[in-house]
Amino acid sequence: MKSFATFGNELYTGERTFQFVGKRKIWFSITAVAVLFSILVPLLGGGFNFGIEFRGGSQFTISNVSNTSPAIGEKAVAAGAPGTVAVVTNIAGKTMQVQTDRLSDDQTSKVKKALTSAYGVTNDQVTSTFVGPTWGQDVSRQAIIGFVVFVLLATLMMALYFRTWRMSVAAIIGLLVVMVVTAGIYAASEFEVTPSAIIGFLTILSYSLYDTVVVFDKIRENTADIKSSTRRTFGEEVNLAVNQTLVRSINTMMVAVLPVGSILFIGALLLGAGTLRDLSLALFIGIIVSTFSTVFVAAPMYAWLREKEPELVKQAKKVQAKRAAQTVDA
Amino acid sequence: MARTGPTSMARRTLLWLGALIIVCIVAVGAGVISGAASWAPKLGLDLEGGTQMILEPKVEGNGSVSADQLNQAVSIIRQRVDGSGVSESQISTQSGRNVVVQMPGAPTDEQRALITASANMNFRPVIVSSEAAAGAVPVAQRTPAAKLPKPTAKPTNASDPNWVDAAVMKKYEATSCVAPTTPPDTNADPAKPMVACEADSGFKYILGPVEIPGKWIQTASYGLQTGAQGATTNQWQVALTLVKPQGADAFKTVTQRLYAKYVANPNDPQARFAIVLDGNVVSAPASQAVITDGQSSITGNFTEASAKTLADQLKFGALPISFTIQSDEQISATLGLQQLEMGLLAGLIGLGLVVIYSLFQYRALGFVTILSLVIAGGLTYLAIILLGWSENYRLSLAGVAGIIVSIGQTADSFIVYFERVRDELRDGRGLVAAVDNGWMRAKRTILASKAVNILASVVLYFVSVGNVKGFAFTLGLTAVADLIVVFMFTHPTLLLLARTRFFGEGHHFSGLDPVQLGAVPLYRGAGRFRSPEDTLAVAKGKNARAAGEAERRQTIAERRLAAKEAEMVGSRGAGAKKSEPSDDSKEAK
Repeated sequence: MKSFATFGNELYTGERTFQFVGKRKIWFSITAVAVLFSILVPLLGGGFNFGIEFRGGSQFTISNVSNTSPAIGEKAVAAGAPGTVAVVTNIAGKTMQVQTDRLSDDQTSKVKKALTSAYGVTNDQVTSTFVGPTWGQDVSRQAIIGFVVFVLLATLMMALYFRTWRMSVAAIIGLLVVMVVTAGIYAASEFEVTPSAIIGFLTILSYSLYDTVVVFDKIRENTADIKSSTRRTFGEEVNLAVNQTLVRSINTMMVAVLPVGSILFIGALLLGAGTLRDLSLALFIGIIVSTFSTVFVAAPMYAWLREKEPELVKQAKKVQAKRAAQTVDA
Repeated sequence: MARTGPTSMARRTLLWLGALIIVCIVAVGAGVISGAASWAPKLGLDLEGGTQMILEPKVEGNGSVSADQLNQAVSIIRQRVDGSGVSESQISTQSGRNVVVQMPGAPTDEQRALITASANMNFRPVIVSSEAAAGAVPVAQRTPAAKLPKPTAKPTNASDPNWVDAAVMKKYEATSCVAPTTPPDTNADPAKPMVACEADSGFKYILGPVEIPGKWIQTASYGLQTGAQGATTNQWQVALTLVKPQGADAFKTVTQRLYAKYVANPNDPQARFAIVLDGNVVSAPASQAVITDGQSSITGNFTEASAKTLADQLKFGALPISFTIQSDEQISATLGLQQLEMGLLAGLIGLGLVVIYSLFQYRALGFVTILSLVIAGGLTYLAIILLGWSENYRLSLAGVAGIIVSIGQTADSFIVYFERVRDELRDGRGLVAAVDNGWMRAKRTILASKAVNILASVVLYFVSVGNVKGFAFTLGLTAVADLIVVFMFTHPTLLLLARTRFFGEGHHFSGLDPVQLGAVPLYRGAGRFRSPEDTLAVAKGKNARAAGEAERRQTIAERRLAAKEAEMVGSRGAGAKKSEPSDDSKEAK
C-alpha cells in the first residue's frame, strides 16, 4: 500500500501535519458538545433501555418452533395476559424468546398455554422463568466498584511510569469522555443495556487507556529533551508525536474493529439478541470512540496542562526567537 | 549469516518457545491419557448446558422469607457454589421468594448436598450412640413396651439420660442409619431430644436438646494442625470461633461438663457433642478440653476435603434457613452452541479480515503477524485446557467474546513494533540496526500498555461476579500470551528475517522497503546498507537518539523556510532531509 506508507512517511517527517494540538479549541468544543449531548439524552429521553436482567420480568423460551414469526407470540401474550407488552425475538434457529413484565403465577400459566398452542409445540418445549432484578444489580454494582478501583490504580501506575501526574489526568479525562459518549450513544440508539453490555463497557475501559498509553509513550519519548531543544515548542512536539503514531492508531483501530464488527454484523443478522451481540456493540462503539478520544482529547489535553509551566513557556519563547531570527535572515 | 551474537540468541529464544509449547502439549497429552483432561476446553453453562436448580428457602418456624434473608441466602449459596469448585455459576432470585442456581455440568452428589443443605445448624450433646453403623432394630428384637425407659426425674442438663423416654427410645430403635435410611428429622424441636444419623459413618445417636444454636457460630476455617512445638503436622483440623459473649459462654459450660466425662472415660459417648445440620449429624467430636474463649479446634480423621466441607458447613450454618428443591432441570446446550458457532464464524471472518488487512499493510511482514497470532491463539487454547483441568475453569460465551476481542489488542503489539522499525528505516538506518533500535523502544511501549490490560483484567476478576469473571480471566490470559509471543517469537523472527536478502535488501514486497518508506539510503547498491551511525546509535542512550531524530525532523514552517532559502540562496542543507527520494530510487516506485 504505497500511498499509505507514503502517508506515514509524510506524517513522520512532519511534512503532513494534522493540528491535534494547535486546533484543540475546535476539538474540545466538539467533545464538549458530544459529552453534553450524551448526558442530556438519557436525562431528557427517558434514560436507558435496560434489559430484563435489570428490570426483572417474566421470560418464556419456546424451542423447536416451525414458524418463527414474532407476531404469533405477541398475539398469544395479549390473549393470555391482556395489556401486557411482550418483546418477542427469534434468538436462534428454531427458538423464540418472549419477555414481558412481571406476571402473576396465574398469568404465567395462561400465557404459557397460549404460547404452546400458538406455536404448535408440546407443553415441555415452553419454559417459563421469572427473572429477578438482582443479577443485573449485582453485576452493575460490582462493575462500578471495578471501574473506580481500576481508574485509581491506573492513574497511579501511569503517574509512576510517565513520571508526571498530568499524563494520568489527561488519560483519565480521555477515558471519561469515552465512557460518557459510549453511554450516550447507547441511550440515543435505545440499544438494550444487558449485563453483557456492561462487560463490554468494562472492556472499553481497558482498551481506551491502553490506546492512550501507546500514544503517550511516543509523546514521552519525543519530549524527553524538550528543555534543551530549540527546534519546536512543547505543543508542537506533542502534536508531532501524535502524528507519528497516527498510522499505528489507524491500523490498530482497524484490526481491533474488524473482528468485533463481524460479530456485530453476524449477530444482528443471524442471531438476534444475545451475549455476543450486546458485547460487540459496546465494543464496536467503544473502540472507535477510544481511538478518537486519544488523539483529539487526551493528547491535546496533556499539552494544554503542561504548556503553562514556566520552563516550557521560556522554551517556547526561545523557539519563537530562533524562528524570528531565521525569518529575518531570509 | 553474518553475525552470530544476536542471531544465535534469537534462535535460542525460538527454541525455548518451542520447548514451552511442547511441554504444555505433553502435559495436556499426559492428562488426556490418564483420563483427567481432554483436548477440548471445558464449557460453561451457556455453551455446555447444565443444571438449573430452583430452591425455596424456608425459615425456622415457617415464617416467610424477607428480602434481606433472601439476599443473604443468595450470597451464601453463591459462596457455597464457588466454594465447591464450580465456577461461572449464576445465582439469582426468582419471584422474590426462590433462589435460582445455574451451574455448568451436573453437580456431584456432594456438591448438590452442600448447596442445598439446610443452614439450620446447632450443637446438641450426645446421650446415646451406637457402637458402629446401625440399621433399624428388627421388629422382633425391639424393646417391649413394658421395658422402655421411664425417666424418674426431670433431666438436670442436656446430656442427662433422663431425656430418653419411651417415645424417644422407640424412635431410636426404628431409625435406620444404613441404606435404606430413615429420612432425617429436619424440623426437630430444639428444646427436646432427637434421634439422628451421621451420614458418613452410619452411626445412630440420641441427642439432647440444642445447647448452641448455629447463629452463635462466628466463623470456621480449616488447615493443618500445628504440633506442640509449633511445627505443622500433616493432620487436618477445623477451627471454630463462636460469637462472644453468648456463644463462648455457653460453649464453656458445655465443654466443662463434657470434659469431666471425658476425663472419667474417654470412650463415654456422653463426652461428645454432635454438630447437627438439617437433622443429620455431620460430626460428633469428644470434648478434650474446656473451651473458655469460644475458640476451639475439631480434630479427627479428616482429609483435606472433609475438613473443608465441615468448615464450610459450620461457616454457613449460622443462617437459620433451610432450602427445599422446587425444580432441578437440565439445560440443553443447543442454544448456546448455536451462538458459539456464530461467534466462532464471526471470529474467523474477523481474523480473515485482519489477515487481509495486515498483508495489505505490511506485505511479507503480515505473515509474521499472522503466525504470531496463530501462536498466541495456540498458547491461549493450551492454557485454557490446562486451567480447565487443574482449576476447573470453564469457557463461556463471554469468554469466547473476550478472546475474539483480544485479537485486535494482540495484533497491536506487532503493529507498534513494526511501525517503530519503519520509523527507524525512515531515518535511513539499515534494517538490522532498525530492528534493534525499534525493538528497544517498542518494548517499553508494549510493556506499559499491556500492564494496563493486565491491571484491568485483574481488577475485574476480583470485583466481578458470575460470567464477568470468566471474561476478565480470558482477557488477562490473552494479554499474557501476547507478551510471551511478542518477546519469544515476533522479535526473534524479525531479527532473523532482517538478515535475509529478501528483507535486508528491502524488497518491494517485504513491507520494509526503505525506498517506499521515504528513507534516503546512505550507500546505495547491492547488499545491506550499513551506516556508521548505526553502531554509534546503539551505544548512545535512547533519549539522545530521540533528540537526534527530533533535530533531523522539521515542521512545515521550517521546511517551507528552507525551501524559500534554497530558492534564493541555493541549498543550505541545514539538516533538512529531502522529502522526495533521490532520482535513481524513483524507478522503484
